[in-house]
Amino acid sequence: MSLLSINNLSVSFQTDRGVVQAVDQVSFDVDAGETLAIVGESGSGKSVTALSILQLLGDAGTISDGQIVFDGQNLLDLPEKDIRNIRGDRIAMIFQEPMSSLNPVLTIGKQVAEPIWLHRKKTWNEALDQAEELIKKVSIPDARQRLDAYPHQFSGGMRQRVMIAMALACEPKLIIADEPTTALDVTVQAQILSLLKNLTTELNSALILITHDLGVVARYADRVAVMYGGRIVESATAAELYKHPKHPYTEGLMASIPTLDGEPGSRLQTIEGQPPDLLHMPAGCAFHPRCPYAAEICKHAKPSLKEVEANHFRACVGYESIS
Amino acid sequence: MHTFIIRRILALLPTLIFTSIIVFASIRLIPGDVIDLMLAQNDISTGNDRAVIEAALGLDKPIYMQYFLWVGDILQGDLGRSLWQNTPVTEQLALTLPITFELGALALIVALSVAIPIGIYSAMKQDTMGDYIARSFSLLMLAIPSFWLGTLVMVFPSVWWRWAPPLQYTPFLEDPLANLAHMFVPAVLLGLSLSAVTMRMTRTMMLEVLRQDYIRTARAKGLQENIVVLRHALRNCMIPVVTLIGLQAPLLIGGAVILEQIFVVPGMGSLLLEAVFQRDYPVVTGVFLVVGVAILLINLVVDLTYGFLDPKVRH
Ligand SMILES: Nc1ncnc2c1ncn2[C@@H]1O[C@H](COP(=O)(O)OP(=O)(O)O)[C@@H](O)[C@H]1O
Ligand SMILES: [Mg+2]
Repeated sequence: MSLLSINNLSVSFQTDRGVVQAVDQVSFDVDAGETLAIVGESGSGKSVTALSILQLLGDAGTISDGQIVFDGQNLLDLPEKDIRNIRGDRIAMIFQEPMSSLNPVLTIGKQVAEPIWLHRKKTWNEALDQAEELIKKVSIPDARQRLDAYPHQFSGGMRQRVMIAMALACEPKLIIADEPTTALDVTVQAQILSLLKNLTTELNSALILITHDLGVVARYADRVAVMYGGRIVESATAAELYKHPKHPYTEGLMASIPTLDGEPGSRLQTIEGQPPDLLHMPAGCAFHPRCPYAAEICKHAKPSLKEVEANHFRACVGYESIS
Repeated sequence: MHTFIIRRILALLPTLIFTSIIVFASIRLIPGDVIDLMLAQNDISTGNDRAVIEAALGLDKPIYMQYFLWVGDILQGDLGRSLWQNTPVTEQLALTLPITFELGALALIVALSVAIPIGIYSAMKQDTMGDYIARSFSLLMLAIPSFWLGTLVMVFPSVWWRWAPPLQYTPFLEDPLANLAHMFVPAVLLGLSLSAVTMRMTRTMMLEVLRQDYIRTARAKGLQENIVVLRHALRNCMIPVVTLIGLQAPLLIGGAVILEQIFVVPGMGSLLLEAVFQRDYPVVTGVFLVVGVAILLINLVVDLTYGFLDPKVRH
């Protein structure tokens, strides 16, 4: 049985301009210890999916449909108190913006120690001792002194290390990292991702790694789900997806990754057109206005994920009608 | 932190000098010649001619000399003597300042203990009935002048229930309870009128802070909402609120002057009003100076609180 199993998750937002269907019938599984990457352009619903798991959407967002089964329990059926007990303990989250995700008026030590104090019922002193160990673990030098430092004394990369330390504090079964390196310098991105990957492997935790960078996926993920317009359009193992992308959108993404063996001077391809406006979703397949293979049927029929090869899923009616 | 405090205190010096110039000049800008008024009001015999009084008050010297002499006297703790009672102004201030300080401090305590909890509540229950009631209440407090409310409190309970707030001043050290019973009503009225803006500011800032990413981080740890608010949001929300409280210092002092008058509190406000009516200029200047310094000190405390609340300021 999977550690986490999301079935037909739909999330909508009430906005001034209308109802936005940010996530539409999304399903995926994460096994214990596995790394699943969720890839997609900005606005494709990755963060909303991630936040739904811990029900951190805020007042505007509503989970209108679906199940989120974690360790055999549907989290959507649990009372708020039980969800709180899971947050930060069995499921932890790392956010995209290291500059604003740490509290500016609390010391690093206190923020890292807090989940231990809360879930392990330790005294603050015991929790701070553990926090020191965690800060060492994420390779921040002078851990003891750093406990008393404040976030503004840290660089972005260091803050994201702190976020990782905080997420690992209670040795969660599942870590959700929402674009943990997007806001960072390219030079530190790889360090942070390797650190995250190594530490999750060490704890045998599962990792949901959200990114818009397919380049990241190949190195760190076991499996990949590609999102477009609030839906999953393709999912497969990382190796398989790389070698044989089967959805036109994934192909487009692949073509836009710079490679070392690419011809010098050759231009990177980008996908033509704009991501869909969720308030005015195209009928049929959301990708059809940008799809080079779009056929008549794509304008009407909404494709659903089908297993096209063993463990390789794709949502595309156009391909089906061609092949 | 120490250098921070020293820097803030040094930064006060220019403001202090500026304040003294304004106080000094304002008294000389009041229409009408000071000496004419004194001659008329003090009914001094005509044998005393202007030149003598001018010389006695040092008004025959050039204006900048007058200023330096005045400042020199102040630095030696001499604010002059009352033209009527002939007692040193410092003595009068020493009697009245602590009383006004007590009223102000009590009012501030009332204001904060009303404004901050209700502001937080209002933010957490945004757009519910409770929020609307709290916001209407604060609008009401903003709209009603405290002297009017003060008059109502004096008049109606006595008409309806034959009860009037105590108006007999007792020094705190003599009988703390009697003292507080007397101060209670004016402090509450002053506090409520101050609480209005602070409450709205607390609510607005709390809503703003609760939208921040670090609040989501705190919730993602599994913290209960009240810990999220008290530990993670409140301090961030208080930084601008404290600034606002500092800006309200003149309002606090102005309100105290009026309420002291209504509730017969023998504080600095009563001293000032009397002195103004009697054209007792050394007393007026002395009170102005003390008020000016008090406002500066309040803002110093605000700055220091800032340093306590915001680690970025400290380092
Ligand atoms: N708080 C919100 N209020 C209204 N709409 C939202 C909110 N959060 C997200 N959305 C909508 O959901 C869509 C998907 O957002 P998100 O999941 O953040 O995308 P991303 O894949 O970049 O993480 C956005 O385009 C936006 O329209
Ligand atoms: Mg996102």
